[in-house]
Amino acid sequence: MEIENTQFKHCDLIKVTGRVDSSTAPRLAEAINNILDAGRFKIVLDLTKLEFISSAGLRVLISTQKTCKRYNRGEVVIAGMPEYIKSVFDLAGFTPLFRLFDDSISAVGYF
Amino acid sequence: MPTMIFPGNYESLEKIAEFVTAEARASGLNRTQVFAVETAVDEACSNIIEHAYGGEGIGDIHCTTISEPERFTIVLEDHGRGFDPATVPDPDLSAPLRDRKSHGLGFYMMCQWMDEVRFDFHENRNRLTMVKLKA
Repeated sequence: MEIENTQFKHCDLIKVTGRVDSSTAPRLAEAINNILDAGRFKIVLDLTKLEFISSAGLRVLISTQKTCKRYNRGEVVIAGMPEYIKSVFDLAGFTPLFRLFDDSISAVGYF
Repeated sequence: MPTMIFPGNYESLEKIAEFVTAEARASGLNRTQVFAVETAVDEACSNIIEHAYGGEGIGDIHCTTISEPERFTIVLEDHGRGFDPATVPDPDLSAPLRDRKSHGLGFYMMCQWMDEVRFDFHENRNRLTMVKLKA
């Protein structure tokens, strides 16, 4: 798994590449927590190149969404969801919990 | 009926996935079915490490695949604590965000992605058999 973080004026963009499983999910959580600890709660997750996500990865996403939406201070939105990842979101009942965008440009523009 | 033995570490998950998906593709499963198998096996092996062994580096995971004309079967064996699937409640998938629980999704996903999920426990060995039908 590779993580690329870009800080914009109104939000942070995190591009995740490869596999998010029990081995790599802690690194994703750490990267996100660095942003949250800095007091930034508007996050775009670009999943265009995500190949696999397990429930360990889903736990990171749900926990982050809870933290960001608390006090109405922000939100996690998803950009570029691959078909298989979308099926995981649908199965886990996650789709209604995240705003989805076709690409990161429109997702960043949302904020 | 190839069998591979992997150390019970989270780092093994990617290698287990490579082994199982290669066998699944060779068996004739389509991309969606291979993805389903990969997800179920990853969740199962994560559970073995976390719950059966209680952590990394405690024991091995034996992984066997069986290719038959109408089905693809994965058998996972470990020597950790036994597991009673009846103790795992279904997650509430329609709960609002604040009420979503962090755990319970993995087992649910295994059962949803596979056509059969069966647990056997005997002689200090746990055996999990998961079947994906090809049709």
